[in-house]
Amino acid sequence: MLKKLDQFKIGETGLIKKVEGEGRLRRRLFDMGVTPGATVYLRKVAPLGDPLEVTIRGYELTLRKSEAQLVVLEVEEKK
Amino acid sequence: MKRFALAGNPNCGKTTLFNSLTGSTAHVGNWPGVTVEKKDGVYKKLEEHVSIIDLPGIYSLSPYTNEEVIARNYILDEHPDLVINIVDATNLERNLYLTTQLLEINVPMIIALNMIDVLNKEGTVIDVEAIEKKIGVPVVAVSALKEDNLDNLMKRAYEASKQPREGKTIITNKDILHLIGDVNIAFKGKEVENPLFHAIKLVENDELEVANHSDLIPMVEAFKKTFNDETFGDDFEAIIADNRYHYISDNFHTVVKKAVKEEEEDGKKAVKMSRSDKIDRVLTHRVFGLLIFAVVLFFVFHLTFGENLFFIGAGGLFENVNPSFAGTAWEGLIWHEGGINSPGVILFNAFDMTFGWFIELVGGWMGGAPEWLSGFVCDGVLSGLFAILGFLPQILVLFLFFAIMEDTGYMARVAFILDRIFRKFGLSGRAFIPMIMGFGCSVPAMINTRTLADDKERTSTIRVIPFFSCGAKLPILTAIAGGVAGAFGFAHVDLITYSMYVVGIVAAIVCVLLMRHTTQKGDAAPFIMELPEYHWPQFKALMIHLWDKAKHFVKKAFTIILASTIVIWFLSNFGWNWRYLGSMDGSILQSLGQLIQPIFTPLGFGAQLSAFGWVFAVAAITGLIAKENVIATFSVLAAVIVSGFEGTEEGVEEAIIMIQNTGITWQGCIAFIAFNMLTIPCFAACATAKAELPKGQFKWTLAFWLVASYIGTAVIYSVLNIFPSNLNGHAYKNGQLAWAIPVVCVIVALAVLTPFAIKWWNARKARKANLGA
Repeated sequence: MLKKLDQFKIGETGLIKKVEGEGRLRRRLFDMGVTPGATVYLRKVAPLGDPLEVTIRGYELTLRKSEAQLVVLEVEEKK
Repeated sequence: MKRFALAGNPNCGKTTLFNSLTGSTAHVGNWPGVTVEKKDGVYKKLEEHVSIIDLPGIYSLSPYTNEEVIARNYILDEHPDLVINIVDATNLERNLYLTTQLLEINVPMIIALNMIDVLNKEGTVIDVEAIEKKIGVPVVAVSALKEDNLDNLMKRAYEASKQPREGKTIITNKDILHLIGDVNIAFKGKEVENPLFHAIKLVENDELEVANHSDLIPMVEAFKKTFNDETFGDDFEAIIADNRYHYISDNFHTVVKKAVKEEEEDGKKAVKMSRSDKIDRVLTHRVFGLLIFAVVLFFVFHLTFGENLFFIGAGGLFENVNPSFAGTAWEGLIWHEGGINSPGVILFNAFDMTFGWFIELVGGWMGGAPEWLSGFVCDGVLSGLFAILGFLPQILVLFLFFAIMEDTGYMARVAFILDRIFRKFGLSGRAFIPMIMGFGCSVPAMINTRTLADDKERTSTIRVIPFFSCGAKLPILTAIAGGVAGAFGFAHVDLITYSMYVVGIVAAIVCVLLMRHTTQKGDAAPFIMELPEYHWPQFKALMIHLWDKAKHFVKKAFTIILASTIVIWFLSNFGWNWRYLGSMDGSILQSLGQLIQPIFTPLGFGAQLSAFGWVFAVAAITGLIAKENVIATFSVLAAVIVSGFEGTEEGVEEAIIMIQNTGITWQGCIAFIAFNMLTIPCFAACATAKAELPKGQFKWTLAFWLVASYIGTAVIYSVLNIFPSNLNGHAYKNGQLAWAIPVVCVIVALAVLTPFAIKWWNARKARKANLGA
């Protein structure tokens, strides 16, 4: 099932399929390791509901929902 | 002298390595044209001395931030003899991403695999030789913190720097490689240095490259048409980024052998709770996160500015205690009306006492000298200088706390917690820290804005920082609010003080909103940030940091700030006949005050006042040296009006004398407080703002402060005039309402119209831009 990162629930894991957007913002996402093929785990949401904290490539990254919305993932089924 | 550049991700231990390598030779400055810190020092343990340049911490060589552009340009254009790439061994995957880009540049390189001690502690083994073999440049495992193996690192670095190294790429996609090869040849034909690096960046559609080599773009575009990858289409940028990460995970996954096997039950990666996770569970908790931050903040300010440490004395605990040091200097140092002072205040008092003693000493020496000379030395130079230096202890204590918060990784979490609120005003969560620091002192607050990525965001933040009433403005508040209470019989002093703080905050919010929609327009910068692991702050690094700040501040105090202070001393002690007066009465400053006094009429402390009304204008000017001087000015004049008057500690008596002798209304008093809070800050803050603001913005910032304080104060004065001028007797002064009501109507109308005005302004700007294009 494809889902955007801003729609994720805490504790969900997914495999990045596509990074939308353009220019610098997209470039930045790539540079921080948000590239197709990377696994993302939504760890936490800030007290006021935004931004998000995810685990990616072995470190913690925070990004806003508006930026997370550009990341399309295949949700990993929970077993 | 050979030059080695340090390059690596933020939080990878780069600063620690730099400190360990260079020791006391480190020199801190700025990169030309920007306020990004530039550090360089000398490493002396080799056969020849080597200069070490600390490049800013970066994730990539793409031109996303100032830091990245600086690091990239330095390596490409300044031709260092070698690049030391620091790689955090605990996070190889992301750190090596930068390494794959550095490899593409024609420069000798060595990899310092840092934090190896942390890995060893966990029992993880890393095959350093295997990495070296795969990557093709020397790799040395080090611990920057424990200073392990650094000599070996530098020895091998020195060897490596002797031979040039040709850039090479790890990109494996054959078609892309083919294209890169073609562009590479084209660059070589144009005799561009580092053709491979430029070729790859051009294929990546890098902003700088596209702008500089537009002639080669058709080549890339033509190729793009023939190309179609099944997952990425013709998205070269994504393919190359993907290629880099693939190379890293394919080649380096096997070099790390974890002692404890990760529990991978049912193919699901178990997410292990590290120490950082546990701390984060509390500090960024959904409910308590904000609360904990508020408490942390309270303690920082309490320990810096509090005069009643932990409120031990509040319950009257010490009421009957007579400390053995009562009456001695110790009492003032650590004791304040039955409470113990905070470390910040103790340091401040210690400084203050030393300075006072020194000035008296010099005054004694100069007993025989002409009065104007000893006045110049003691009251002009020394008092002025010490007024500025007196801030230093508290600035440093404040800096220390915030440096600890930054160092431990908590500051990143604060930005995470607060981002949502600040985005509403067009700022990012990071902007909160400098603003809140402003309540202590504007100087460290303005320097702290360096953590903001966007220039316009920085400019707006720096401009409103003085509105967050600093420690030195508090005496103005307490004295005048006390004076109003005394002279007009108003019982709620704290109500005035409190509401003035609110006025400052509201003014800041309004001004930020206005600026971010007009001259400093821009969306909140993207917020994509690493949350580094928590770790203990390092004492050595903190001390080095503080020492740099202190040096910087003292240097400024002795130059621009001192010069301005002397000018004002001269104006306030000399008459137009160039004779020394020794007092303000009849001075040049007084006549200047009288000259500009009418300007303040709409603010309530201008032409409507009687004989001594110029004191408010003059106090506003002397306040530029340090805001403490505002009340000191009252004190000086009070002694002229009431012979034999001796200054009081709180300045309340002075304020009452001023109110009685100038006929100022309570509205005027409050307007005067507001004016001082919103107007140009002290010289120390101005000097800092000038250094921190982008080029050419300082003059506009001065104008902004003047206009904002004038309009803001006029609004406050007019609105207050709706209330009777005698607080208890319900009496209006002549014409007070006749003035106030229309003015308030105009203000309301303007406030309603502002959004439309902003729309019109932006539309006009857009039209102009279209015409220009």
